[in-house]
Amino acid sequence: MSELKDIQQRIYPPMVEGDHTFGTVSDKIGDLTLKKSTPFFWFVGFGISFMVAQLLLMTVVYLLAKGMGIFGNNQPVGWAFPIINFVWWIGIGHAGTLISAILLLLNQKWRTSINRFAEAMTLFAVANAAVFPLLHTGRPWLAAYWLFPYPNTMGIWPQFRSPLIWDVFAVSTYATISLLFWYVGLIPDLATLRDRAKNKFFKFAYGILSWGWRGSARHWHRYELAYLLLAGLSTPLVLSVHSIVSFDFAVSQLPGWHATIFPPYFVAGAIFAGFAMVLILCIPLRVWYNMKDFITDTHLIYMGKVMLATGLIVVYGYAMEFYFAWYSAAPYEWFMMLNRVWYGPYWWSYWLLILCNGMSIQLLWFKRFRESPFWLFVISVIVSIGMWLERFVIIITSLNRDFLPSSWGMFAPTIFDITMFVGTLGFFFSLIFLFVRFLPIISIFEVRTLLPQANVHGHQQDFDESVLEVEYTYDRTDPPNKED
Amino acid sequence: MDKNLYGILAEFDTATEMVDAATKVKEAGFTKTDAFSPFPIHEIDEALGIKRSILPLLVFFGGLTGLCLGIGLQVFVHYIDYPLNVGGRPYLSWPSFVPASYELTILLAGFTAVFGMLFLNGLPRPYHPVFNVPRFSLASREKFFLLIESADPKFDDETRSFMESLGPQEVFDVEE
Repeated sequence: MSELKDIQQRIYPPMVEGDHTFGTVSDKIGDLTLKKSTPFFWFVGFGISFMVAQLLLMTVVYLLAKGMGIFGNNQPVGWAFPIINFVWWIGIGHAGTLISAILLLLNQKWRTSINRFAEAMTLFAVANAAVFPLLHTGRPWLAAYWLFPYPNTMGIWPQFRSPLIWDVFAVSTYATISLLFWYVGLIPDLATLRDRAKNKFFKFAYGILSWGWRGSARHWHRYELAYLLLAGLSTPLVLSVHSIVSFDFAVSQLPGWHATIFPPYFVAGAIFAGFAMVLILCIPLRVWYNMKDFITDTHLIYMGKVMLATGLIVVYGYAMEFYFAWYSAAPYEWFMMLNRVWYGPYWWSYWLLILCNGMSIQLLWFKRFRESPFWLFVISVIVSIGMWLERFVIIITSLNRDFLPSSWGMFAPTIFDITMFVGTLGFFFSLIFLFVRFLPIISIFEVRTLLPQANVHGHQQDFDESVLEVEYTYDRTDPPNKED
Repeated sequence: MDKNLYGILAEFDTATEMVDAATKVKEAGFTKTDAFSPFPIHEIDEALGIKRSILPLLVFFGGLTGLCLGIGLQVFVHYIDYPLNVGGRPYLSWPSFVPASYELTILLAGFTAVFGMLFLNGLPRPYHPVFNVPRFSLASREKFFLLIESADPKFDDETRSFMESLGPQEVFDVEE
């Protein structure tokens, strides 16, 4: 029987480690928010992030005062840092939705303890992404009439045949649905915090936010239906968002952008970058907050595997871009490719990209690296840089030398391009720190369902014992092709 | 009988005990019942005879509304109100209307799922009689509660002792 247990452990590794009951789970996660003392590292982390976020504020104020001229964008590179950063941030968001929606539909139990902060990450990343195109319009308050379809005094409408308008709809829908999904997930946990809070103010605040949730069976029934439906709706949504983002490029005629591989390649890249960011966030969090019982090593290994898989799809995308350029027999396409990797002034960015996205992830084939949080963290940081470079390569190297040599030109970022990007990083981490302080970072009610006590009559819903028996007998029999 | 009695609440330690008790409550013919748990328990739906919600149907129509709205909006803008010739493309260039219609479908379906769920659940409702039981705050933590409302036609003075016979930790009177 103990052998059977071993096999069970191997097929279904426990997603909660340590001896936990419903109560200790609630306390352990809830106390992060409710206990009075805030850890020292929080003040340091939040302080630094918040100061860095001031760069964003400063840049935005200066931008609104001076106009778009403060950035390095100019012909022929009219789309530069703002769109790179936009695509980078929105891509990061995608892992949150993948974890919360797609893995829910696939009944992957390991999503449970990472979905909450992955969703928070999505929200904050999308908020940061939205900053760039909005401010890229120069005067956002004047841009509303061509971004949103409302009857305006000029009597004109947005151009719905433009991928940029598709973007407006895709990103705003994505932000809204992600917010709803996240908030719906929070309601039962906010009720837990309401019932446990000692402080009158927090009790009131969590009480208002939890909308009077009382855990009624009828409510749970509809709640689960709504949650499942939202997951079902978010799944095609998340795939559509980055596809539409890729249309911004693919629908144009520019060599290097006009490629049919773009939608799937962008979606895979988004999930790749997003998992890297989830790892960057959860590896320190689980140590600082002592959450190793819930975010186990198994979780990290799974995320490493997803990163490897999506990373390989992205590398396949790079190879296909090359192949398309060659097979198209279009001289401009082939020139663009050579310009990108060899002759062009930005050749270094391509090889840096291959190093970051193509080479670094190969380490994940090895157990030693997959099982080491340190290496996973390092690889995640490299991948995040690599994904930023990917957008740099696609956007800058395609634009800087197009059809006519007379219109070639170089791009160099200004100091404001850089402060704005770094500022959004600060803003992102400030929001993450605030989230960690004031809301439960792990979905408490879903972790409760992972405990063995949660199974009525000891029946585990997703655990098929016949599978275990088959594996067990298989392990015991000698391989059929064994000699003698 | 106490006029202000909202119902009888029984506390259980485990999900299994509560589901078993709920089955007995249903067999005894009570209909105005409810269960409270710190996480969703699928077995309780059958035990208490909770019918499948109409929420998915609402969501379907929410999505359909979004789809019609998206197509209608774009057809109105580009075909009826302000036809604009862009590169000789047809005014009804429907393939380029797909993304926005699709996003609006998802948006309205999502809104219906969330707000429909809250509406059908009667939330937000900050006050509810069960909150008057001090130990009920554990329902969001680790305990399981079963409620029979006094409005139930079969509710009488015997109900409390019936609840006690189901083997709960404790039985409470819920005051209105």
